Amino acid sequence: MNQWQRRLEYWRRRYDITDVVVWLFGLAILAVAVYGTVRSLQTTTYDSKRWAQFVVYGISQGGVYALIALGYTLVYGILFMINFAHGEIFMFGAFGALFTALALDKAGYWNGHPVLSLIIVLLVAMTTSSVIAVLVERVAYRPLRKAPRLVPLITAIGASFTLQYTARSFFGSGLRAFPEMDMLKGSVSVFGLDIGKSHALTIVVSLLMMAGLYWYVQKTKTGKAMRAVAENKDVAALMGIDVDQIIVRTFILGASMAGVAGVLYSLIFFQVKFFMGFVPGIKAFTAAVLGGIGNIPGAMLGGYFLGIFESLGPALILEGLGIPAPSQLKDVIAFTMLVMVLIFRPTGILGEAVSEKRA
Amino acid sequence: MALLELHNVHAYYGNIHALKGISLTVDEGEIVTLIGANGAGKTTTLRVITMLLPPREGTVTLNGEDLSQYRTHEIVLKGVSMVPEGRGVFARLTVLENLELGAYTRNDPSGIAEDLERVFTLFPRLKERQGQAAGTLSGGEQQMLAIGRALMSRPRILLLDEPSMGLAPILVESIFDIIQEINRQGTTILLVEQNALMALQIAHRGYVLRTGEIVLADTAENLRNNEMVQKTYLGME
Repeated sequence: MNQWQRRLEYWRRRYDITDVVVWLFGLAILAVAVYGTVRSLQTTTYDSKRWAQFVVYGISQGGVYALIALGYTLVYGILFMINFAHGEIFMFGAFGALFTALALDKAGYWNGHPVLSLIIVLLVAMTTSSVIAVLVERVAYRPLRKAPRLVPLITAIGASFTLQYTARSFFGSGLRAFPEMDMLKGSVSVFGLDIGKSHALTIVVSLLMMAGLYWYVQKTKTGKAMRAVAENKDVAALMGIDVDQIIVRTFILGASMAGVAGVLYSLIFFQVKFFMGFVPGIKAFTAAVLGGIGNIPGAMLGGYFLGIFESLGPALILEGLGIPAPSQLKDVIAFTMLVMVLIFRPTGILGEAVSEKRA
Repeated sequence: MALLELHNVHAYYGNIHALKGISLTVDEGEIVTLIGANGAGKTTTLRVITMLLPPREGTVTLNGEDLSQYRTHEIVLKGVSMVPEGRGVFARLTVLENLELGAYTRNDPSGIAEDLERVFTLFPRLKERQGQAAGTLSGGEQQMLAIGRALMSRPRILLLDEPSMGLAPILVESIFDIIQEINRQGTTILLVEQNALMALQIAHRGYVLRTGEIVLADTAENLRNNEMVQKTYLGME
């Protein structure tokens, strides 16, 4: 046995041990979660209606995550890079929406013609996000198309900071209040459940957007070209597909979803800030990885999965463990879930192992 | 005037001098084959023609028009279509979607439908499997799909890169029959092959490539009877 074989053997053994340790770690988390759940359910003070409400709010939040996650997954599917500036694209969409909403509010349209106002605000947000995304693609990513994969990743982080602090210098570092809409105050009753109207709107709009996106990617000529470019850029070019143009359209598609998410997020939380893209961006990235990055239904599923778990988790898992103020720990639940998925199913829920090979 | 002409083409992969002054012509209506061993530069020549690898020196002209001013996706519009090495079907897309993408640059639905019928007549198997993901097809079927897809742009010249690769001999026979049939229907063909025996049977003329240079150019019949070709590429002693 020569030195190299011995070294290989050593690494193989070491890798196996790490693997086992990580598995045990995962199982321990799982055990704690199950224990917490059982305890919570034994001692719970919530009725079934309350639980159902947690799920509904999770679906609403999950819809927002899913919309943002689609942007990550679309870009990854075609360029094999994580667009870390995507959270900021979402933030710019929200700012576009904010200024439009303020103007509409001032003119009395916001509550005078709420449906029309919403449509206008959505369109403005989608456009704003798209413009930023196209700019980032052109300036930060396209010149590096042939560079090693780590390089555009670093640029993406740089682009993220640049956009954040550009927004800060233009719009200030404070919170801006998004105007409330009379139409969305109060709640509607669905199957005996009281759902906040803005949550109901979020659920409906995000589902519509995703259905539209799925149709676009599956059925239109551009959508088919996107899928072709994602599989093989050289062969796609041989078909007469302008690969650069399709990449730009992919960015626009993802950014439009982020713009819509920005509006919905603002309608739920009424706050817009230069830093607001960071946490939803990371969460949506988590959702995209959860579902299997590069996979469109995966991003949708991952978003809902994350939203629901985040909403249910504090009451369901953490309360039984005797943790005080568990709802402040929902981020812990989100990222623990990411860790669990990476331990037990590294490719994500719907992910395939091929992404490694293609990369 | 030749339909396709390469004049003194030099191409590089980084610092590797892959093509060292290739000149060749393909006339309208011909089947021309490019034979040679692995790494001789056959595939590289096709990549140069489609500008996937723009030449560093020399010219590529189609009907007298310099192709180097165009990018790959514009070459299709000029009437050049390529079946890439290893077939290059879009595995996750259906057979029909693959064929539709072959007609990506076209805007005449009736003409596209006509050509789709033509492809389905040439390859009835594709019609049966049109709704299936291309990745689930057998190697031979994928090759048929790749050829059918290339025909969907209604090319003047079809570039084929190793259509026999990895196929059973009987399938190779039928693929080559179809290539001849496509040629008879009026499409000019430039065929790159390692299977020199088969290629020289259907081609009108041929070029022999060795380490980036053309060492022989003649009619297919003369090449078949050439002692060096017989020894090196046809495996005859």
